[in-house]
Amino acid sequence: MLKKLTSTSAVAALSLSVLAAGVQAGETVDAVMEQGYVQCGVSTGLAGFSNATGGDWAGIDVDVCRAVAAAMFGDSEAVRYTGLTANQRFTALQSGEVDVLSRNTTWTLTRDTSLGLNFAGVTYYDGQGFMVRKDLGVTSATQLDGAAVCVEPGTTTELNLADYFRAQGMDFEPVVIENTSEVTAAFFAGRCDVYTTDASGLASARNVSAENPSDYVILPEIISKEPLGPAVRHGDDEWLDIVRWSLTALIEAEEFGITSENVDEMRDNSSNPGIQRLLGVTPGLGEALGLDEDWAYNIISQVGNYGEIYQTNVTDLLGLERGLNALWTDGGLMYANPVR
Amino acid sequence: MSPKHSKKSDVNPVVTLLYDKTFRSIMYQILVFGGVFFLGWYLVSNTMANLESQNIATGFGFLEREAAFGISESTIEYSPESNYGRALLVGILNTLKVASIGIFLATIFGTIIGIATVSKNWLLRFMGVAYIETFRNIPVLLQLIFWYAVINRGLPGVRQALNPVEGVFLSNRGLYIPVMADNPAWFWVAGGFVLGIIGALILRKWSLKRLEATGHIFPHLSVGLGIVFAVPLLVWLVFGAPMEINAPTLQGFNFRGGARMSPEFTALLLGLTLYTTTYIAEVVRSGIQSVPKGQSEAATSLGLRSSWIMRLIVLPQALRVIIPPLTNQYLNLTKNSSLAVAIGYPDLVSVSNTTMNQTGQAVEGVAIFMTVYLTISLSVSFFMNWYNKRMSLVER
Repeated sequence: MLKKLTSTSAVAALSLSVLAAGVQAGETVDAVMEQGYVQCGVSTGLAGFSNATGGDWAGIDVDVCRAVAAAMFGDSEAVRYTGLTANQRFTALQSGEVDVLSRNTTWTLTRDTSLGLNFAGVTYYDGQGFMVRKDLGVTSATQLDGAAVCVEPGTTTELNLADYFRAQGMDFEPVVIENTSEVTAAFFAGRCDVYTTDASGLASARNVSAENPSDYVILPEIISKEPLGPAVRHGDDEWLDIVRWSLTALIEAEEFGITSENVDEMRDNSSNPGIQRLLGVTPGLGEALGLDEDWAYNIISQVGNYGEIYQTNVTDLLGLERGLNALWTDGGLMYANPVR
Repeated sequence: MSPKHSKKSDVNPVVTLLYDKTFRSIMYQILVFGGVFFLGWYLVSNTMANLESQNIATGFGFLEREAAFGISESTIEYSPESNYGRALLVGILNTLKVASIGIFLATIFGTIIGIATVSKNWLLRFMGVAYIETFRNIPVLLQLIFWYAVINRGLPGVRQALNPVEGVFLSNRGLYIPVMADNPAWFWVAGGFVLGIIGALILRKWSLKRLEATGHIFPHLSVGLGIVFAVPLLVWLVFGAPMEINAPTLQGFNFRGGARMSPEFTALLLGLTLYTTTYIAEVVRSGIQSVPKGQSEAATSLGLRSSWIMRLIVLPQALRVIIPPLTNQYLNLTKNSSLAVAIGYPDLVSVSNTTMNQTGQAVEGVAIFMTVYLTISLSVSFFMNWYNKRMSLVER
């Protein structure tokens, strides 16, 4: 509860700290190296992506930060997490509160440009959906005229929602509440007829937060494209490279079939030149990134590959199949740029 | 080294200047002003440089762009097609709405409870004090969240809405009441109401003049009240007494028609009013107790009625003590309304937050809402200072 009350003042304070903090290009890597850990901005609690259960953060977004820490320090635990609401997140990144924002954040043109961010890649291809109570008898989003819709402020979701109802010529009453847990609580209490967010978020709310998941149904319509990925401040290319290629290494590892289980064996025995380059047997890539040669080895041995991360956090917990997030070789969109 | 007994002309003029009181005080003021100015200039230019180096957009051009997000309640026409400027205006008006109604209610309840705490009746006094001590000592944010949870979870869903009176529905979607259907007559009735108030004020002036001139008392209060209500009633009759009612009915997901008080607005108004009432009650109590007992005794011995004593002797003197701290409470209520963001009422801060996030222009957004709050607070302050001056002791 207290987290929420500080959100306004935090935004104000953070924006004021933009005044003083002279964040300069190229210095993030040095600063992170010096402080010895990665400052990672995550959500205030979204199961599957970033959720603190029992004091430990877990989720696909959390694992991206752990991968960056593993690449830089050889220690995936060298991360400090900051839970941010949708409204706080960009200011927190801009002002230097966090070094990387890995918070189920959609990559859009405006954010990439006028918000002064750079996106390092896509960790999860998502789309916005709607969830309703089953007893309403609604089967399609086109029947939602006049509904009260719970939504988080400052999200692409909020904008897509307005666009969708406008395009369909329908009315809605937005109930805009900051903080994921509060907005889902309002929905479960019946304040809204509909809860809208990314489909993964709906699954997270239904499977993890709801008392009785079978009381709710997720409607078939997916009304938007939501490529979620980690973002860094604009103007620090070296740092952007490290985050981008740490993420790529996760996917590349899955493409090569390297897992946290067999990574040692692969390093010692594989004769595949691609694997040898990735795992640092053939040196060069680490140096190019300004890291140790075993950067990717550390990522895979400590965090796992993309498929492993997805399995633990998304499939097992939320019951979502790979879908768009399967490797390109399996008909999905996950495609690692050449690591060479 | 200057000689021991120097003549005036030998003294170094710079030293004389340094010992000159006027010169020094001017010098200090220039230094302080320069320092503040330089600091401000440094902050602004540094901010601009930082924002530019991070490629973050600046300026107020975004106010003209389409907002593209929805706002749940608005006193003016608003849709996602409207621009950011209008969205912020909606936020400002929502803030003013909850603040003004809150101030009005808190003043009335505060006065009643304040008088109750100095009452001779033990039960009344006890209840007043118990209320004050309970609500004053719980942080207002927790109260807001509490009331919001009570409304959301305590009230039935929209299909099982409570229906205490025909046409009135209470559910966790808010309170729906029937209102008079749109008719041009209502505009003129409102005009009649304003006219009635002006008439009553003129009557009051006239009756006071007559009282001073002749000593005859005219019951301007009851007659004035009569005028205030009679004029709009007359207008209503002239327009053919329209009786058509716009009643809320359940349609699809929600009620349509009628007037509505949303759960967010209700929770916010309830929380702010109950909290501020406690402070106003204390202010009123201290004001009444500050008037010496001799004043009312003297009035009694002059033969004044007890209701007159309160109105003409005690209250005017108490008001001088009450008004300055009352101003503080009005300002507090207005500023506390920004906690609305916690429960989803679209006030200025809530709308600004969304705007800042969608445009990324936090500095401009914060600047706007700081300016607006400052303006509202200063206006309340100016008005109350004017009222205070009017009420203060006229010394002859």
